[in-house]
Amino acid sequence: MRLNAQNLTLAYDKRRVVEDLTVELPAGKVTVIVGANACGKSTLLRGLARLLKPAAGTVLLDGKDIHSLSTRAVAKTLGLLPQTPVAPDGIAVADLVGRGRYPHQGWFRQWNTDDDAAVASALRLTDTLELSDRNVDELSGGQRQRVWIAMALAQQTDILLLDEPTTFLDVTHQIEVLDLITDLNRRAGTTVAIVLHDLNLAARYADHLIAMKDGRIVAEGAPLDVVTEKTVADVFGLESRVIPDPVAGTPMVVPVGRHHSARRPEASTTAKTPGFLANPQDGLSALSMEAAS
Amino acid sequence: MSLGTRPAANAAERADNGAMVLPGRSHLRAQRAVKIGSLAFLILALSAATLLLGRYTVTIPDFFHIVAGADIPGASFIVMENRIPRVLIGILVGGAFGAAGAVFQTMLRNPLASPDIIGISYGASASAVFAIAFLGASGLALSGFAMAGALAVALAIYVISRRGSVAGYRLILVGIGFSAVLQAVVSFLLTRTDINVATDALAWLNGSLNSSNWDRVTVLSMALAVLAPAVVVLSRPLRGLELGDDAAAGLGVNVERSRLALIVTGVLLAAVATAAAGPVAFIAFLSGPIARRLLGGYRPLGTAALVGMVIVLAGDFAGANLIPGVSLPVGVITGVLGAPFLLWLLATANRSGQGG
Repeated sequence: MRLNAQNLTLAYDKRRVVEDLTVELPAGKVTVIVGANACGKSTLLRGLARLLKPAAGTVLLDGKDIHSLSTRAVAKTLGLLPQTPVAPDGIAVADLVGRGRYPHQGWFRQWNTDDDAAVASALRLTDTLELSDRNVDELSGGQRQRVWIAMALAQQTDILLLDEPTTFLDVTHQIEVLDLITDLNRRAGTTVAIVLHDLNLAARYADHLIAMKDGRIVAEGAPLDVVTEKTVADVFGLESRVIPDPVAGTPMVVPVGRHHSARRPEASTTAKTPGFLANPQDGLSALSMEAAS
Repeated sequence: MSLGTRPAANAAERADNGAMVLPGRSHLRAQRAVKIGSLAFLILALSAATLLLGRYTVTIPDFFHIVAGADIPGASFIVMENRIPRVLIGILVGGAFGAAGAVFQTMLRNPLASPDIIGISYGASASAVFAIAFLGASGLALSGFAMAGALAVALAIYVISRRGSVAGYRLILVGIGFSAVLQAVVSFLLTRTDINVATDALAWLNGSLNSSNWDRVTVLSMALAVLAPAVVVLSRPLRGLELGDDAAAGLGVNVERSRLALIVTGVLLAAVATAAAGPVAFIAFLSGPIARRLLGGYRPLGTAALVGMVIVLAGDFAGANLIPGVSLPVGVITGVLGAPFLLWLLATANRSGQGG
């Protein structure tokens, strides 16, 4: 199942957020979209999920214009976990996960054993089976996010889009959630697209990385090719060192910043002089010159 | 967040349920069935109490004789023309108000978003009082005015709060603004009119089942025969909508269309109920949250309708029998219950991080 966009322009009212963008999610791979705040990455995800009508261009689901398909047909193929979904007060975990079966049900097809099986398997995959009769309100942030992912899984789609699924989670739960998504991708071959904030996690978990700035794609490809000191500077305006991640071997971004350059005593002594504070650019170029030497 | 505080309990659950698929589901279902059954039983019990007890007590055998067609002087009239329509109107109005409130509260994810808080009921009141005071309307015509008023105000609130998408808070604030204006209109109309007419209008404004008759039962049941299936149909997209617009769209809900249909249905439910019994205070507001506490959001519309029926029947029975010799309209009783509940809800809603 292919999902791609051709010359896609997305706008809220008159404000254009995504401009003339052509992109394809590689089937069966994990695509991660990164970029600074307000670069249009979440908007792109919403556009791909048919939540926004394009101002220009098209989104194609398996070659067909996604806006020509019925809402339900799309929902059977493409699942979306928005950034801030709302759990109704007092809802039980199993009930919330059951909502994922919505597109598979209808007037003449009520809840049946397929639905039970889908919910049970989603709960098992996300390791939330033992929470199933608990109230969503009483869960921890990490558990809650796993339950939301379980809902998206119960939808049993070939494509899954997730908008910042790790926001508000501590680092342990971030890893847990991303590992879980990787499991799904590997086990079921689900095509996954994730919008992420953390560049290092993005580089580690992505098969295909898309870096966006001002509504356009600046670079895309394998993390090893995309995550370079130059791209990081382009996309985030951040000076950094890129080193191999000691665990995964994927690129790891180490931001430079103005302070705390511990290995460079000269730099930190310069940092104490008022002249450096008054003109941070000098300090930065001093640092990079040092790095070059 | 509570998980950390009870690791032992969680470990026990894990051990108990590890082997089962969907642990606790059958348990949960049984619990719900018991609660819904209890609500239904309460409705039956309260109906029986209203039918049989009161200033004139009817025995159970007599009641069945009367229904079968026997003519017992006095009792027959009270049962057939007064108590049966009263109970039926109570059930229908309670159900309609309860479901109407739950439609808005669930869709906007805020217990304050019920038609009696956001001005829709006041729209009905202002229009009805105008009709009573200046056109001498009564009966069906009065009901028609109440409905038109409710719809007009709902439309105005929708249009004003729409900008972009219908954001819950804006709709509620605009609605509260409308309530204030319309209350002033009602007060103004009452001061400009003859004292006898004003008394009539006030009786209507209280909301009561006193003027229940078979005509009203017929009209109300016809209206609800159309609206009830609509509620059943729309309760499906509502299950998606209450997760937020994006999540709903992701699940395949047609967000804009479903929301508009839900608003229209909710307003019509509140409007036909108001037309039949007056704006019975707080039924729409109370039923949804109570049903949610009881059943954890399971079938929010249906369970709120049941709770609404219980409140109206109980309020009416209490109003008629609480103080010997004094018959209070149901709206007075529910008003007394509703105000503290509103305060409690406002005090606790944000503390628990729920209800917006």
